[in-house]
Amino acid sequence: MSDTESNPIRDAIAEAIAEHDTILFMKGTPEAPACGFSARTVAMLQSLEAPFAAVDILPDPRIRQELSAISGWPTIPQLFVGGELVGGCDIVTEMYESGELAETLGLESSEGAAAPQPRASEPQPAGFTQIENRLG
Amino acid sequence: MPTAAEIKQRIEAAIPGAQAEVEDYTGGGDHFRAMVVSPAFAGRSRIEQHKLVYGVFGDEIGGPIHALSLKTQAPQEPGAPDAEGPPMAGGRQAIAGGEQHATAAT
Repeated sequence: MSDTESNPIRDAIAEAIAEHDTILFMKGTPEAPACGFSARTVAMLQSLEAPFAAVDILPDPRIRQELSAISGWPTIPQLFVGGELVGGCDIVTEMYESGELAETLGLESSEGAAAPQPRASEPQPAGFTQIENRLG
Repeated sequence: MPTAAEIKQRIEAAIPGAQAEVEDYTGGGDHFRAMVVSPAFAGRSRIEQHKLVYGVFGDEIGGPIHALSLKTQAPQEPGAPDAEGPPMAGGRQAIAGGEQHATAAT
């Protein structure tokens, strides 16, 4: 499947997944999601006040292609936690409703405190540009 | 463009013991919602279960099938219909994703 040539896009994606504890590959940005599934996934993360990095896959179709090659998952959005694929919107929704999502993210459940601790660092900015620079 | 019926047939043909309910929820022929119950899902994570279903369609996902929203369960899980029982009358029951019943599965 992987050719012998270097694949900078795939490398950048793999690196981003490894570098960020929680990273969401989505259509659009958290402020301006471009699809309902991505919007719902963002909303769940935000309601848990979970910090997360966001990558907009729309600017370059190769991002989605390489991401799917890495994850074996065909659809967007894709949520990775701790370097592992958690799932798309359907799975994240089930986990959110059952409390598993909060657990997986290492957070208090949404039924508990609104915010487990004051988060000095704000959520990762949208329009995560580092990957795009590497693609340029 | 596939129909809901065709998607249902393909899932049931490809996944052992599967019962699928598929709905075209926009009426546009490319956004589908499927509930699939199969003993083949037992012991598998949600990701693995969904990959089994997505694998039936390969490259069509994101193409002719723009969206395929999934709920998958093994038959003995709470909320899943008995795979050996008669088809559910009147369509799908509400999937109580959040409720964890206290009854232990035997």
